[in-house]
Amino acid sequence: MSERTIERVRIMRSWEWARPVRPVRREVLSATPELEEGQPLLLFVPGFGHGAWAYAEHWLGHAAERGFPAYAVSPRGHGGSGPAPEANLRAYAHDVVQVAAGLPRQAVLVGHGAGALVVAHALARYPARAAVLVAPVLGGWATFGAALRRNPLGTLPAVFGGRLRLSRRQLFSRELPDADARRHAARLGRAARRAQWQLLTGADPEPAVGRPPVLVLGSPDDRVVPSSALTRAARRYGSAPLLFPGMGHDLMLDARWREPIDAILDWLVKHPARDDRG
Amino acid sequence: MPTPTEHGRPDPETTTLARSRDGRPVSDRGDTVCVIGAGASGLTAVKNLAEHGFGVDCYERETGIGGAWNWRHDRSPVYASTHLISSRPFTQFPDFPMPDDWPDYPHHSQLLSYFERYADHFDLRRHIWFGTEVVRVEPVEDDRWDVTTRSTGGYGPERTSRYAAVVIANGHNWSPKLPRYEGLEQFRGEVMHASSYKDPAQLRGKRVLVVGAGNTGCDIAVEAAQQASHCWHSTRRGYWYAPKYVFGRPADQVNDTLLALRVPLRVRQWLYHRTLRLTVGDLTRFGLPKPDHRVYETHPIANSQLVYHVGHGAITPVPDVGRFHAHSVELADGRQIDPEMVVFATGYLPRFEFLDAKILGDDEGVGRPRLWLNAFVPDHPTLAVAGLVQPDSGVFTLSHWQAVLFARLLRLRTTRPERAAAFANRVRAGAGERYSGQVKDSTRHWFEVGHADYLRALERALRDLEGK
Repeated sequence: MSERTIERVRIMRSWEWARPVRPVRREVLSATPELEEGQPLLLFVPGFGHGAWAYAEHWLGHAAERGFPAYAVSPRGHGGSGPAPEANLRAYAHDVVQVAAGLPRQAVLVGHGAGALVVAHALARYPARAAVLVAPVLGGWATFGAALRRNPLGTLPAVFGGRLRLSRRQLFSRELPDADARRHAARLGRAARRAQWQLLTGADPEPAVGRPPVLVLGSPDDRVVPSSALTRAARRYGSAPLLFPGMGHDLMLDARWREPIDAILDWLVKHPARDDRG
Repeated sequence: MPTPTEHGRPDPETTTLARSRDGRPVSDRGDTVCVIGAGASGLTAVKNLAEHGFGVDCYERETGIGGAWNWRHDRSPVYASTHLISSRPFTQFPDFPMPDDWPDYPHHSQLLSYFERYADHFDLRRHIWFGTEVVRVEPVEDDRWDVTTRSTGGYGPERTSRYAAVVIANGHNWSPKLPRYEGLEQFRGEVMHASSYKDPAQLRGKRVLVVGAGNTGCDIAVEAAQQASHCWHSTRRGYWYAPKYVFGRPADQVNDTLLALRVPLRVRQWLYHRTLRLTVGDLTRFGLPKPDHRVYETHPIANSQLVYHVGHGAITPVPDVGRFHAHSVELADGRQIDPEMVVFATGYLPRFEFLDAKILGDDEGVGRPRLWLNAFVPDHPTLAVAGLVQPDSGVFTLSHWQAVLFARLLRLRTTRPERAAAFANRVRAGAGERYSGQVKDSTRHWFEVGHADYLRALERALRDLEGK
């Protein structure tokens, strides 16, 4: 077992105790294997604008076929969950932890895009079995700069509380049939204003509890997350990113969706649940 | 899910390496840690020790988890209507929240289902030996411990296993504390301790005297007000009866807003007094004695209904009991009342009958260990007591962090022994430290802690232990 860097544990959370997040109706989609094989259980968290539907398209079913019980949650204000125009990142992380704690076993949290940031926050409040960050948008000014450069018209309105708009060409590779791309893009919603701002101004996630192993993966051709950001995110968790060239930002919807999910499941099979379990 | 019978049972035949002092075989469990009790504190100890990579054997005398919160257990103090006193955010384990659509103050049966889910979610049952009680815990060389167990009720042979460390989580709300009164033996009415109070039907149509103004005493008085033909409520002193809700929010959440703003104690007390004055009003007008202390100086009572029923005349507040006669009770002020039934809600005392009292620094054997952070034992670095706290909020958050701190301490004993040694010095120097403001001297406040003071002290201890 290797000692990681000393992390400052936070015990006092007076504000969170004094102001608990309000409950909301949460959409959870799932696909479970016909035969329970004791494989790790996965909880997928979509990025801003996406809902659980993004995973229901391919990944949930595929994971279940390979024997992994798979669930996807729509954070409040997304997909089929209740509306929450005033939500912040804390509320999204709360939704993830609530669903995770309601599952029968310790879950592996898989977050995509800004959902990876939500997962990073959730990891400080729930001892996940492992975590997977897919094309993670962990916030910060560098991400903002990249977004502004690549998609100024979609990014600028968000600064003033408008919707953060991603173009089809950012989300999907050209391999994906246009009809599919159009269909997915039409389903995109938006995250709450405050949550969008928190991508820039929010506090860094606190250290994860229970020291879960973390996998980072993405595409070098992602037009939302530059590969430097992928490397940075992976380094934060002491590893290197797993790369899938030629894919767009939405790895779970793109034409070659099968490769990343297979890589995640293989990693879960090979990787021990915790480096020092005994 | 694997069950305890399938693997790993400490088995003297295969692993015996040593003998106990009196020559019995001891099965050596290596680095495994022993946890005594599978109640809330025991469960979180098992979970956090396992999470830190330790093997864990947990012994539970009952056949289920939940300890005090499992109403099926004969030592459980809960009664049919028991609800939480602290609201959800203060009561749940910090890394396993209760469902957010549960009420602010869940019922005890919900709490039990929460613990069941906690145990299932983290697969804790595979570490627990049910129906097994701990008979003796004895220190042996190298800071290790011989733990002798047998089937609950004394059946079957005793077996001894040697552990690297022990967490005592046997609870402190099961051994009733009964005050002595002159003439109590002659009293012809029914006498019971609140521990055997289960259902308001027990009170129906009777003239009931409830002694004690803890949260249990107040709950029972309120139920007696609705069920009994008359209810007297005897208290030693005047108390502050805090409503469960102020300004439409759970009172503890309002209180913690002030804590989050770092409002000093004196100001908080003043605000609290003002708020109670404006909402509950002047208690002496109801015939209740004036509190002889400021709020936060006794364990908080959260009961919105007591004063209401006093106002209905259904509860008659009376002073302390002076003595008992065959058919009446004489009060401290000389008044005579004639209850048919007396319920003593006079609390509980901790008991560690399997352990030499001196080990916990309780030289007089009264049940008050001398510990640091209410958990760590001077000169016994591999022994900890979990959940021996009476906070002004939920216990489980505190137990969780005690377990985390202990697990990290045990890990550092091998990786950074000098840090563990520094911690041991800290334990020795700090034993007996208190983590609350001034409190009234009473057995009731032996383990009283302010949750913010206590958790801050624990946070400091954790950072000192692991700091750069």
